[in-house]
Amino acid sequence: MKAEKTGKQQRSLWQEAWRRFKKNKSAMIGLAFFAALIVIAIATLVIDFATGNEFYQNYVINQDLTSRLKGPSMEHIFGQDEFGRDMLLRMIWAVRYSLFMGSMSIIISLIVGGILGAVSGYYGKAVDGVIMRCMDILLAIPSMLLATAIVAALGTSLVNVLIAIAISYVPTFARTVRASVLTVKDQEFIDAARAIGCHDGEIIFKYIIPNAMAPIIVQATVGLAGAILSIAGLSFLGLGIQPPTPEWGAMLSNARTYIRDAWHVTVIPGLGIMLTILALNLMGDGLRDALDPRLKD
Amino acid sequence: MAEILRVEHLQKYFPVPDGMLHAVDDVSFTIHAGKTLGVVGESGCGKSTMGRAILRLHEPTGGKVFFQGRDVLALSAQEMKELRREMQIIFQDPFASLNPRMTVSEAIAAPLIVQKLYNRRDKEGINKRVREIMDMAGLAQRLINTYPHELDGGRRQRIGIARALALNPKFVVCDEPVSALDVSIQAQILNLMQDLQDELDLTYLFITHDLSVVKYISNDILVMYLGQMVEKAPAEKLFEKPMHPYTQALLSAIPVPDPDRPMSRITMKGEITSPVNPEKGCRFAKRCPHATAACTQQDMKLTEQEPGHFVTCLRLQRGEL
Repeated sequence: MKAEKTGKQQRSLWQEAWRRFKKNKSAMIGLAFFAALIVIAIATLVIDFATGNEFYQNYVINQDLTSRLKGPSMEHIFGQDEFGRDMLLRMIWAVRYSLFMGSMSIIISLIVGGILGAVSGYYGKAVDGVIMRCMDILLAIPSMLLATAIVAALGTSLVNVLIAIAISYVPTFARTVRASVLTVKDQEFIDAARAIGCHDGEIIFKYIIPNAMAPIIVQATVGLAGAILSIAGLSFLGLGIQPPTPEWGAMLSNARTYIRDAWHVTVIPGLGIMLTILALNLMGDGLRDALDPRLKD
Repeated sequence: MAEILRVEHLQKYFPVPDGMLHAVDDVSFTIHAGKTLGVVGESGCGKSTMGRAILRLHEPTGGKVFFQGRDVLALSAQEMKELRREMQIIFQDPFASLNPRMTVSEAIAAPLIVQKLYNRRDKEGINKRVREIMDMAGLAQRLINTYPHELDGGRRQRIGIARALALNPKFVVCDEPVSALDVSIQAQILNLMQDLQDELDLTYLFITHDLSVVKYISNDILVMYLGQMVEKAPAEKLFEKPMHPYTQALLSAIPVPDPDRPMSRITMKGEITSPVNPEKGCRFAKRCPHATAACTQQDMKLTEQEPGHFVTCLRLQRGEL
């Protein structure tokens, strides 16, 4: 009996999962990279707030056409872009757009898709049929095309990009949540909850969702990678964040004209996107393994 | 003796692709306060479904249930929620019936909070009551913050019992509460349940497939076969003189702990009738050694063969057996 040996300090299932996650090296590297990005994003916000956007204007936006497309040097380790701006600073200031917009759209689609999926899985029958067929319709349209169409219809703005990406991820979350609700809802402890008089809302939020969290968390992590990629993609097409605001996809798009003259202006934003997606996918894989209760240790 | 629960012609059908599955068909009985009614029958005969239908965990498709004179099936959702304080259930599988994300104290506090006996923020009051209930169910206080997966079957079942009794119910459906446990722990849990019955004046509907368990704990026994009542009698009487051929076969299967006594087991032949769209007549007829053509031609009725001893068998009723 573990309970007797460890005395009062009990390990919850989440702590068990964290212990398993820590053992996974590549997942930890992914987590470290992701954490670093969050720190960078917050740091840029703090700097902007403290200097009243002065630093941002002077070093990230202001152009210096005398030193266009200069390669990496001691002064500018990532080199300078087609308007002579420091690539490193632009890369750093771009993090927050990818990260915040990616997480915001995932949170929105998680909430909307989660509720739809939970309702669909819990009530079943006609409700399930109607909701899931709507999701199938959304799913049948390629997500990039859907996002492009939504942005084209609503106009290009940060909020519209966010909405477009959120909508394109709703069906994925609805399906994931529905599937996990279905596996949990027929278990006896749901009947036990009903027997003490819990109403449907309490059963869904206190009994079903906590037990269905694992696949949802994994899906959210992998979905975040996809959302960041979508933002970069939309910006690349000119539908997302507009220049001169720094954004990886937009930077890549603007730089591609100069790809023969200066390698660094395309490679560096590309690497930034790639490494972020890789880190998130490694994290997602690690989470999936750690949260699977069948893999004890 | 006050009657606490009366069930009349209870019926629960499930729609399946081939038609209607008659899980519980026309079951009627009464239980008096402080007594235990044992329900026995083989797997799939509708015992558990019946227990759940009484508590409306499955909505019955027909019949009536009266709890202390109130028509349970006619209650609104809110009234039903209030009634759940009086009627509780202990589940079969202690590994499936507890939320793996809730600690022991959360699991036991849940009914107190849901039924608004305690305010969610009244941590001290809840904690005190949880500890009282844990004592009652024989759970050590140090387990208060453990999770179900850290405990063994016996302890988990004690949590299940504690949860059911937290609301001070009068009537408890025990849905095979010991069949998932080791034999040594079965005895502990059964003794605990009997002690609690005496202490708290509980009424049990005790569902089981274990005949020695049901003999030990029940006042009356109801035998079910494919959703129907086959025989109902006081426990002593049923074991002394089983009347229905099915009960006779069932009782002959109890092993006798005496190597010298020959086993006189009645083996049943024939295949079990399908509960989906069953035909008219006795559902046991296909396997019954005494069945005649008449047995499959009309529906059976429950009749009082001897005082307090009810049987559903045409040939017994006609005095042919």
